[in-house]
Amino acid sequence: MEAALFAIYALIVCGSAIAVVISQNIVRMAMFLVLSLGATAGLYFLLHADFVGATQLLIYVGGTVILLIFGVMLTASAPYASIQNSPGELLQGGFLAVAFFAVSVASVLAVDWSQLGQEVRLPQDSRMGHPAPVQGYETADAGNTSRPIGMALLGVRVDDIASEPVPEQTATPGETTGHPPVTPLSGYLLPFEIISVHLLVVLVGAAYLARAKRRPLSTERGLP
Amino acid sequence: MILGVVPLTAYLLVASVLFVCGLACMATKRNGIGMLIGVELVLNGASLNLVAFSHYGSLGLDGQIAALFVIVLAAAEAAVALAIALNFYNNHLTIDVDRADELKH
Repeated sequence: MEAALFAIYALIVCGSAIAVVISQNIVRMAMFLVLSLGATAGLYFLLHADFVGATQLLIYVGGTVILLIFGVMLTASAPYASIQNSPGELLQGGFLAVAFFAVSVASVLAVDWSQLGQEVRLPQDSRMGHPAPVQGYETADAGNTSRPIGMALLGVRVDDIASEPVPEQTATPGETTGHPPVTPLSGYLLPFEIISVHLLVVLVGAAYLARAKRRPLSTERGLP
Repeated sequence: MILGVVPLTAYLLVASVLFVCGLACMATKRNGIGMLIGVELVLNGASLNLVAFSHYGSLGLDGQIAALFVIVLAAAEAAVALAIALNFYNNHLTIDVDRADELKH
C-alpha cells in the first residue's frame, strides 16, 4: 500500500517536473508546478511529516502558485508569453542537466543507506554493548508531529522530553537511553523570531518594489 | 531491522529528479518567471531530502523544522522575485532575462 502510494506520487512529481522543463508556455509551466508541489506534499505525508505536508499545501500550493499565476497574468502579453531560445542553448542546458543528474544518482546509489537506518533504529538487545548513538525521535511512526514542531518553535523540545525516561511515568526498562540532557535552549525560538522579522521585511520590500509608479508626475511637481 | 517498504534511496532519487529539473529550468528558460519556477523546484527537492532524512536518519524533528524554514524562505523569495519581475516588466515591457543587462533604462 505504501509502495503503491509512493509510486503514484513519485510518478506525478517526476512527470510534472519534467513537463515544467519541457513546456514552453508559461501558464502550463505554472499548472505543472502546482501538480508537482501537491504530489510532493503527498510524499511528505508518506514520510509521517504531517505538519510539513500541510504547510506545503497551504504555503506552496496555496500561496506561491497564486502569486506566480498573478505574475504570469500581469506580465504575459502576446509576443512575450513564450520566449524561444536557440538550440545551442537548449543543448548546453540539457547537457548540464544530464551530467548533474548522473553525478547525483551515482552518489546516491554509491552510499549504503541501510547502515544509516540500522544505526538509528537499533534493536533493543544490542544497545547494551556499545554506547548508544543519538536517537531519532521515536514517535516517527505515529506521525503526530504538529505539537512537537510547535513546541520546538517556542523553544521547548517535547520530543526529547517524551523519549526521556521520566521517573514518575514509569517508563519500560529498555525504552531509551543515552539522550543528551534536555535544555530549554535546544529549541528553535531564535530562528523562529528571525524568520518572522524576515517575512515582515520581505513583505514590506515586495510591496515597495511592486508599487505603482507616479514618478514623472512627482518630478514635474518637484522641479521649481 | 527493515526500514519499511520504500527505501530511502527512492526518496533521494525523486528529490534528485526535482533538483535536476529545477536546474535545467533555470539554465534553459529565458522567461524570468520560468527561472523563478526552476528555483521553486530546486528548493522543493532540497526540502524533500530534508524530510526523508528526518524520517530515516537520526535528524529527528530537526529535518522537518529545516524543511519548514525552507518552505517559508521560498515563499518570501518568490514574493520578492515576482516584485522584481513586475518592476522589470514595467520598465522594459518584457521579462526576457537576456535583456536585463542594465539596472534602469
